[in-house]
Amino acid sequence: MTANTATLNKNTAGQTMLKWLSTTLNRFGTNLVYPAIGIALFLFLWSITAQSIDTSLGKFPGPVAVAEQFESLYQDHITEGEKEVAFYQRQEKRNAARVAKDPSYQPKIRAYTGKETFFDQIITSLVTVMSGFLLAAIIAIPLGILMGLNKNVQASVNPIVQIFKPVSPLAWLPLVTMVVSALYVSDDPLVSKSFINSMITVSLCSLWPMVINTSLGVASLDKDLVNVSKVLRLSPLTHVKKIVLPASVPMIFTGMRLSLGVAWMVLIAAEMLAQNPGLGKFVWDEFQNGSSESLARIMAAVIVIGFIGFLLDRTMLQLQKMVSWDKSSVSA
Amino acid sequence: MSTLLDISKIDMVFPTPKGDFTALKNVDLQIAKGEFISLIGHSGCGKSTVLNIVAGLYQATTGGVLLNGKEVREPGPERAVVFQNHSLLPWLTAYQNVELAVQQVFKNKMTKTERHDWIEHNLKLVHMDHAMHKRPDEISGGMKQRVGIARALAMQPEVLLMDEPFGALDALTRAHMQDSLMEIQAELNNTVIMITHDVDEAVLLSDRIVMMTNGPAATIGEILEIDLERPRNRVSLAQDAQYNQYRSSVLSFLYEKQRKVEVMASSSKSESAEKNNKETLKQA
Repeated sequence: MTANTATLNKNTAGQTMLKWLSTTLNRFGTNLVYPAIGIALFLFLWSITAQSIDTSLGKFPGPVAVAEQFESLYQDHITEGEKEVAFYQRQEKRNAARVAKDPSYQPKIRAYTGKETFFDQIITSLVTVMSGFLLAAIIAIPLGILMGLNKNVQASVNPIVQIFKPVSPLAWLPLVTMVVSALYVSDDPLVSKSFINSMITVSLCSLWPMVINTSLGVASLDKDLVNVSKVLRLSPLTHVKKIVLPASVPMIFTGMRLSLGVAWMVLIAAEMLAQNPGLGKFVWDEFQNGSSESLARIMAAVIVIGFIGFLLDRTMLQLQKMVSWDKSSVSA
Repeated sequence: MSTLLDISKIDMVFPTPKGDFTALKNVDLQIAKGEFISLIGHSGCGKSTVLNIVAGLYQATTGGVLLNGKEVREPGPERAVVFQNHSLLPWLTAYQNVELAVQQVFKNKMTKTERHDWIEHNLKLVHMDHAMHKRPDEISGGMKQRVGIARALAMQPEVLLMDEPFGALDALTRAHMQDSLMEIQAELNNTVIMITHDVDEAVLLSDRIVMMTNGPAATIGEILEIDLERPRNRVSLAQDAQYNQYRSSVLSFLYEKQRKVEVMASSSKSESAEKNNKETLKQA
């Protein structure tokens, strides 16, 4: 009797063990194993296909060639950094020597003007995209709130939004360039024109999803909540601050996420044309350079661009989760 | 008995694409301070419209509402509303929801600590002090409605307007909420107008039951004075002859005098019900 129960217990224990093992494996599988298989398959197909594509710059780069270029780009960055440190050391020494000779001498500090490395260009791209995106948000969110609150404003602005929404950055850029060079004149510019051009182009293209989503979020405000606000006699400003904004935060963030995606995509094209020293310019320069390594370097940039885009999206998602009261509205 | 709230001969006409629709015709009612009034009638008879006019959310086409002799022109906290589906701000806790109202009404009349005590006092009144810092999605439907009532009470309204406050709750929770409401009413002696579909609820809670005829051009059909001693107890009243007589007179008004041919469609919400009602009457 007792022995029977013992075996029974053992059996069920064994079964739960197995069950646990299989669910863990399943979870492990969907989270890690299958993605790994997918990536491996992709790399395999890529290397096979790459071998059979001949371009005027040699064979299309496979995964190995691209990995080598990552290594070399990193090395470039290190050497450039060492050169910069050496430059400043030399400058300091020289200045010290001159001051020792002549105490009234005012040492001049000159900035290092070496070439931008791939990693500097990534930083430039990130700064440009964030400035363009913030500029767009500053315009789009208040405009969206106005549109959502007032049907007449909505009706007046909507046609313009619909027409400008599908316009490519490449169409905006020449106009932006001319306007910026006409209006942004300064002897000692704080930032370069190419930066301003790229930033404004990014803004112009990433404005619209935020405008549309914000106005939608505000317009779909629950009528009962509006009535609560009326019964409390909230002033228009308090109404917006306490009722409208919190209620539409989930939608505003959805719009911001979409906009940031658009902004990153547009940025590369804008930088290419505007010659802003970011990833877009890197791709363009490598293309013009036309060395045997160029294609592999461009492919490396493509992977980095994709990866950063993915990270930007995840960051926005985390932000959205942090500020949203309606957790069900947040989905990957 | 002096009149606090005078609903004076109001007509309500809604313009529709098919021409004007008269929802209310000559609704006239005087309410004294401390009275508990129930509005009862079939769905679509314009009960909510009456309440919304008193709240100031609608403007009557002719006639008007006087509170303390002054005409009501816009919504305001002295006519606080408890909405059917609680209407709490989902991103605020129970405490913060009440706080928003208190801050708005008593901004210059109370100090910060006084406001804090007043918010807690009102949440205690509806037995929600244990879940003060929970958000609406973390508490049950009955609890949400309690917070809604606390928010309305915290405005210290001259008239408390309740639009089917317990309509969305299950029967047991509803009974519990009715008892709570009677308790609060005994303590504060508010003037209340409550819309209900529930005959038992109306008889149990009210001083007067105002029965409305069917629309269009709905008006007050009968008014029934409920002369039952307070505090009232639902269990002992179930055996009470007087109580059952009140009950049956409301039932007879609703199901004999104002019998309604209801289309067997899903017409639970008042808007669609109002339309349905119109159509039924046209066909009849």
